[in-house]
Order: sequence, then structure tokens, then C-alpha cells
Amino acid sequence: MAVGGTKVNPKKFHRNQIPLYLYLIPIAVFMGAPIVYIINHAFKPMDELFAFPPRFFVTHPSLDNFCNLFKTTAGSTIPISRYIFNSLIVCVAVVVLSILISTMAGFALSKMKFRLKGPIFEVNNLALMFVATAVTIPRYLTINTIGILDTYWAHILPLVAMPVCLFLIKQFIDQVPDSLLEAAQLEGASAWTIYRKVVMPLTKPAIATGAILAFQAVWTNTETSSLFTSAEGIRTLPFYMNTLTAVGTVQGQGMAAAAALIMFIPNLVLFIIMQSSVMNTMAYSGMK
Amino acid sequence: MRTKKSTPYLFLAPYLVLFTVFIIVPTVMAIGLSFTNYNAVQTPQFVGLTNYINLLTQDTIFLQYVLPNTVLFAIIVGPVGYILAFFLAWSLSQLPKLPRTILALIIYSPSMTMGVAMTVMWRVVFLGDQSGIANYVLTQLGVITEPIVWMLNTDYILPIVIIVALWSSMGVGFLAMLAGLLNVSPELYEAAAIDGVRTRLQEVCYITIPAMKPQMLFGAVMAVVGAFQSGNIGVMLTGSNPTPQYAAQLMVNHIEDYGFTRYEMGYAAAVSVGLLALIYAFSFVANKLFASKDE
Repeated sequence: MAVGGTKVNPKKFHRNQIPLYLYLIPIAVFMGAPIVYIINHAFKPMDELFAFPPRFFVTHPSLDNFCNLFKTTAGSTIPISRYIFNSLIVCVAVVVLSILISTMAGFALSKMKFRLKGPIFEVNNLALMFVATAVTIPRYLTINTIGILDTYWAHILPLVAMPVCLFLIKQFIDQVPDSLLEAAQLEGASAWTIYRKVVMPLTKPAIATGAILAFQAVWTNTETSSLFTSAEGIRTLPFYMNTLTAVGTVQGQGMAAAAALIMFIPNLVLFIIMQSSVMNTMAYSGMK
Repeated sequence: MRTKKSTPYLFLAPYLVLFTVFIIVPTVMAIGLSFTNYNAVQTPQFVGLTNYINLLTQDTIFLQYVLPNTVLFAIIVGPVGYILAFFLAWSLSQLPKLPRTILALIIYSPSMTMGVAMTVMWRVVFLGDQSGIANYVLTQLGVITEPIVWMLNTDYILPIVIIVALWSSMGVGFLAMLAGLLNVSPELYEAAAIDGVRTRLQEVCYITIPAMKPQMLFGAVMAVVGAFQSGNIGVMLTGSNPTPQYAAQLMVNHIEDYGFTRYEMGYAAAVSVGLLALIYAFSFVANKLFASKDE
């Protein structure tokens, strides 16, 4: 290979890139195929779902599976709209609250001087390794003790503090020039004003990234519904989807595919919209 | 920025309260409970190290299936998945923006299929009869003659779980490394060429990785955590905990089995502590490899 051959972020196509495409495209096909398959599956009418030989692509797309999904109430008297409503409340609350507290904490950790700054950041870095499922039981006990079992708070509060959000936001705020904050201070702005008027606008890409990560964590979360609530009326959409897909009826497969699609599409769309912000944030994601 | 003494703590307070209540306290409680016998009804009884001793000497399921499965799973999905993520990011960084963005999006998208979406997707692919696409393709290729009941066949469950976990492992860490690679200054490569760096491999080892160590470390931590977090895949795909004949039983599943099925919370807590220790050990190695020595 040529000396100094690594051309990072080239402007246009070059012959040297052909070998890269030769393996990247097959890998991308492998990664994307199950997703494309499930999208097709969700739109297959009954006869195509069980056709033999199985077909990858749908030939006569129909919305039957989605209709079935919305008609079935899985033996309970609670309509699907209730679960959607619950999910919306919980998602909005988690995303807004986690952005709010992570940006505030990130601002303090990045730009203010205080004694416990180092230790707090270190502990948060350690907590990046935190795996919630490992301590489900003590989490349940804690939630029980503070008395939020069976309330919306049981869905919201456990997910709001996300170490990875704080980490990414703090790293991003690090590159906001100090002089800007000092100038604002000289003009008499309080810390709170600086946070709102200077830090927040300049941290938009990291906020978008944090919002996506928080949304992904909450939108598909079934754990809070199955463990921290027992009343059907306040459980969320992914939990309901899970109970539906567990039922092995004949229509089951198509409905399950439709459910999978509904759970996946919002994640994908949000990411596509915000992908340049995410990449921008990731550039500052280094851990020293 | 200069502030009053209390200001930073006021800004940190909401995060710290929730962080303490839902992350620190449960972790400390897990450690505490692991020294007790607790059935969720009566008060915990202190039993010293009994749970740990039982775990390492008596629990045949743990020693025979759970531990080997977890280590195999963690090594393939953690370090191997990580190397794969770096390799893909490195390859992508050498493409122009448009194809790079499209390919990166496709490679990243599986990591967004958590929970229901992922389960359904792969259950449909690995359907146990001849209408399943995996069985159909393998039959057409002549690899198999009879359809395989994937989710009940103990030879295949763990490999399938590993493939699915790898498939979904190109997440935040992968994006971070891609961003890191794109930010390595081109002058470094030119200087290296003058200094006698000849091959791509030399370039990666001596220029690329040292220049983006911080992202490498972040990516590594994310890879380790991701590997352990995806421990539920086996239970979700087979629809039962324990998985058929413990074929894909991992520590996360063992904890739930003991905690929520048998209500032996103290014992489950000991397994949790073991799991957290294992995660920490993996991350410790990553730290040794990539921590920046200066500063």
C-alpha cells in the first residue's frame, strides 16, 4: 500500500476506496437485512406471511397487521390508546428532566470551581459502567421505600439520571470558551442566566444527543412496567407490545412485526434527524 | 468561572439526588444484601460470606453453564465486538461523507432495536419451521435437510444470542470512534510517512490509536457495558428464563431467576456483585490499555 495511504474523510470517490466498499457493503447488508425484512413482514397480508417458500419482500402490502394490532386488547379492558398516552407522558418527562439535570450538572462540573468537582466526575465515569439489570432488586426495594410504586414516577425517576448523558454534555461544555462566560458575568449575569442564555444555546448538539439517548432508554423500556407497576392502567406501550407478541396466535407473527416496527421507527427517525448533532457531540466524547 | 461557594452544588443537586437514589443506593444495597439471607418478606439475616461460598462451590448451574456462558459471551461481544467496531469505523472514515453517513447509519441502526423490536425481528428470522427464512435459506443452500428448531436446540441458542448481540453492538461507542477517527489531523499521517511508517497496520498502531486514545477508551467502556446489558437477549428470544437447559443462561438471567422466581434475594445480590465486579474488571483492562498517561 502507498505510503501515507490513509486518506481520512476524502472529498470524493477514488479507486483506493473500492476494497473498502467490497466488505463494507456486505456487512451493511447483513446489518440492515433483518430490519428490512421486519418492515416488509409488517405489511404482509396473511397469505404472504405463511407463504412457502417464505418471501423476503412484500408483494401486496396491506395494513391488516396494524389494524389487528389496534383492535386486539390482549384480554384486558384497557385500550391501546391508554398505553400510548402513558408512554408519551413518560417519554417526554424523562427526556426533558434528564436534559435539564444533566446540563445543569454538566455546566457546574465543567465551568465552576469547587472542592468535590474531581471526585464527582470520577464517580460518574465509574457509573458509565452501571448495568441497571444487575441491581434490579435493590432498585425495586428503593422505589418501594420512597413510595412511588405504581405511579408514573416509577417509570420516570429511575431513568432520569443517565451517567452517559452527563458525561457527553459535560465534555461538550468543556469546549465553550471561558472568556464568553466571563464576559457575561462582567455584564452582571447570574450563573442561572449564563446557564440559560449562554451555555444552553451553545450546547445544542450535545443536548440533542442526550435527548436521543434518553429517548432510546425510555421508549423501549419494559422493565419499569413489569417490575415497578402492577396496575395495568399505568403501564407503557413497550410492555403492552411485549404481551401481545408473546401470544402465539396465527395472526401473531404479522402483528408482532407491526409492533416491532412501531417501537423501532421513532428511534430511527429521531436519529436520522439529529445524526449530525450526534456526530458533532461524539467528537468530544473522549475519556482521559 | 467564579461563583459563590454554594452555586455549583445547587446546579448539581437535582442530578446528584437522583443519581444517588437510583444508582449509588441500589449498588450499595446489593453489596449489603449479598451478605444476607433475604426472601423479600422477612428481615434480612446476616450470613457472612455464605452466599459467595455457595456461588463458587455449590451452585452447579452457575459453574457449569452460567459462568462459562457469560465469559464466552462477554469476550466475544465485548473485546471482539469492540475490535470489529473500530475496524468498521476505521474503514468508514476513509470514505467520502455521503456514502459514509449512509453506511454508518445502517451499521448503527441495529443498536436502536432494543427490546420488542429486536426480539420479534430475530424470532421471525429464526422461526423453527420451514417457513422461517434462516431455515429456508440453509435448506436451499443444501446445508441442512430438516428445518432446525433454533430456539429449542441447545447447540444453537448461545451462538444465535452472540450473533444477535454482536449485530446490535455497534452503538454509541462505534459512533464515538468514528468521530474520533475523523478528527485525527491529516498532518500526523503525512509526518508519519516521512518518518518511515510504511504499512497501514503501523499507521493504525503508531498514529491513529494514540491520537484518539480518549475515544478508544470511551468506546471500550461502552462496548463492555453494552455486552453485559444485552444479557437478556437469550431469555427474550427463547421466551423463557431459564433458557432451555441453561444453554444461553447468562449472569443477568441467573440474577432474575433467583431474585424474582425463587425470591432468594440475598443470593441474587451476591451474583449481582459478582457481575458488577466482572464488568469492572473488563473496564479496568480497557483503562490500562487506553488511559492517557499525561495530565
